[in-house]
Amino acid sequence: MIKPLLERLRQGRRTFPFPEADPELPERFRGLPSLDTARCGRDCGDACLKACPTGALSRTEKGVTLDLGCCLFCAECAAVCPNGAIRFTREYRLAASKRQDLLLKEDTLRLASALDRKALKLFGHSLKLRQVSAGGCNACESDVNVLNTLVFDLGRFGIQFVASPRHADGLLVTGPVTENMRLALEKTWAAVPAPKLVIAVGACAISGGPYRGRPETLDGVGPCLPVDLYVPGCPPHPWSILDGLLRLLDRLG
Amino acid sequence: MPSFEPLHILNGQAAALKDIPSVPPEDFRRATLDCVAEGARVCALFGCPAAGGRTRLYMLLAHPRQGQIAVFSSEAGPSYPALTPDCPQVHLFERELAEDYGILPEGHPWLKPVRFPHRENGAPRPAEIGMIDFYRTEGEQVHEVAVGPVHAGIIEPGHFRFQASGEEVLHLEISLGYQHRGVERALAGGPDKRTVHYMETLAGDTTVGHATAYAQVMESLGGKNPGFRAQTLRAVALELERMANHAGDLGALAGDIGYLPTASFCGRLRGDILNLTALVSGSRFGRGWIRPGGVGFDIDWATRDRLLERLEKIVRDLTGAVDLLWNTPSVLARFEGAGALTAAQAVELGLVGPAARACGLSRDVRFELPSGKYRFSQIPVATWSSGDVFARAWVRWQEILNSAEFIRAELESLQPEEILTAIPGPAPESLAAVLVEAWRGEICHVAMTGADGRFSRYKAVDPSFHNWAGLAQALRGQQISDFPLCNKSFNLSYCGHDL
Ligand code: SF4
Ligand code: SF4
Repeated sequence: MIKPLLERLRQGRRTFPFPEADPELPERFRGLPSLDTARCGRDCGDACLKACPTGALSRTEKGVTLDLGCCLFCAECAAVCPNGAIRFTREYRLAASKRQDLLLKEDTLRLASALDRKALKLFGHSLKLRQVSAGGCNACESDVNVLNTLVFDLGRFGIQFVASPRHADGLLVTGPVTENMRLALEKTWAAVPAPKLVIAVGACAISGGPYRGRPETLDGVGPCLPVDLYVPGCPPHPWSILDGLLRLLDRLG
Repeated sequence: MPSFEPLHILNGQAAALKDIPSVPPEDFRRATLDCVAEGARVCALFGCPAAGGRTRLYMLLAHPRQGQIAVFSSEAGPSYPALTPDCPQVHLFERELAEDYGILPEGHPWLKPVRFPHRENGAPRPAEIGMIDFYRTEGEQVHEVAVGPVHAGIIEPGHFRFQASGEEVLHLEISLGYQHRGVERALAGGPDKRTVHYMETLAGDTTVGHATAYAQVMESLGGKNPGFRAQTLRAVALELERMANHAGDLGALAGDIGYLPTASFCGRLRGDILNLTALVSGSRFGRGWIRPGGVGFDIDWATRDRLLERLEKIVRDLTGAVDLLWNTPSVLARFEGAGALTAAQAVELGLVGPAARACGLSRDVRFELPSGKYRFSQIPVATWSSGDVFARAWVRWQEILNSAEFIRAELESLQPEEILTAIPGPAPESLAAVLVEAWRGEICHVAMTGADGRFSRYKAVDPSFHNWAGLAQALRGQQISDFPLCNKSFNLSYCGHDL
């Protein structure tokens, strides 16, 4: 009996003081892209658009627009831009409330806003979520799962993953929603009592991600369910997911 | 002896399609059974569309003793006598052939859909997912328990049907396909700019493993190898991936039996290892690290030292956390004897990876058919013979220690060199076969190119494809309540299976 206790002492306390302190992210972490429209020339032959694997980039009057909802954060676009107009910052805060807010024109992103007062009263102190994995590669689930480890300690914010949709206030969906998961997702959604939320985590769930346009998937949750929070990334960093959840619940000062 | 000589290639070698022996179906069958009798294992059996709407079958067998892969092919008719009754390890490959190409393996004992694919031309699916006949046992005490596709935890979807008598499981049937997103079909016609991203997401927790296999495929088709430094960094990435996942699994195993100290320590430590991968590649899963021709990220001396320092600390903490398992009698009581398989069963089912090594088989591509850096740096094969949950946990722990030691030695021997070489485009009319020992076991990628050098077929076999049947087998005679524990000890991929 003494050994586990000694080991506990030795391992020490590991919960990170988030949100009071900024999370530690590696130097090469690819977070929010920054688009410098002034530098974006027309002489490049749309190199970035051609390099992008998912069609996340499009050209507009003022330069390029980057759809964070499709972006895999692979930085292929930044690598081929001759003018250095695209750069990846280490900003991990990426979650948005509306799909169109993810269309990045420069480097400002309208971050997710809190739920309305009525919803906050219901969910603000205790939010129970049912996770549904609907295709994808499982990396998104993995990084949702780690929120339960002691580093992130999701429970201290009153957010918890539950086993049954009937005990849940909403769904957190990952994956592009395969044809084969559609029915299961719909049934799970129907089993959640209203009012209820949907959180789409990862490029797959937002837009189909790498599987965008494939006939075997529905290109994300959007076509099936009303989404309340989008967390871009492939996969999003756990801090991005946690930040999004706390924004939704108005818990970030 | 086979009535013809199969083509033998090394792991990571390409061959001209015309050099692959094409034999009549009887010889195809004979040769397969002969090779298996000699100790070879089936890495891949797949179909490829041929002229006149017909299908050509390809067989790839790993010959561990010769350190080579045997390849041969045959043109398939609409049906053939199933190999499965004589060679159970191909059972799923034959089901896949039937589903994808309509070739009927006559006498297959349990011919069911594998992935329930969506048909592009709007033709009806052969079966609706979940709506199939499950194996049934009759009897007064017998009851059926159905679980999934949506499970209680944060895991991927799959459907499990237990036939149980009281608490005892008589039979477990596993039906997958929910994660099917048509990856193999999407790969045909490539390589293109999405290809490497498909590879990195075949199974997200095996990003490095699958990306390495793909990179080697491209290098063998292009006829050029990456430099030494790149190969070293790749091996480091692969071993970090193994360490992280094994650490996570040991924690999850502890969690499943309610032993929380190890569960919480390991959950954190898995993250610490992922953060080492992120230190190099910016991504916890190593996205962008492995690229055809080498690696996408280099490390400087300062980063190397940081890696070594952090690794040492992680191993120390892991040892403290994991040793608790081996020193706690109540943990051992739950692990020992649970979900046991014999070596003979493992061979019959064609198991790979830690699940096979836990049955005493020294089956490890890094040792048997080494490629890349493993040709120069050896890593011990960890085995244990009891075949139970304990063995699968113990093998994982030994592998963590071996990987850590390997990474340390590799990082210390790192020499300056270019990390990325330009690779010529794929040779036309060729086949390249690559085996990689990823953390779950053997990954097999086979690419075939057409006259234009594009993929006419790309077959990817995740280790899970071999091992799901092992889990079903291990559950026989167990308590239903032991399912989570047994399941975790295999920790198989759903998406990797559902390609
Ligand atoms: S980083 Fe995003 S926008 Fe840029 S190429 Fe990759 S997917 Fe496209
Ligand atoms: S968004 Fe990326 S990481 Fe998440 S499931 Fe899809 S492919 Fe995997």
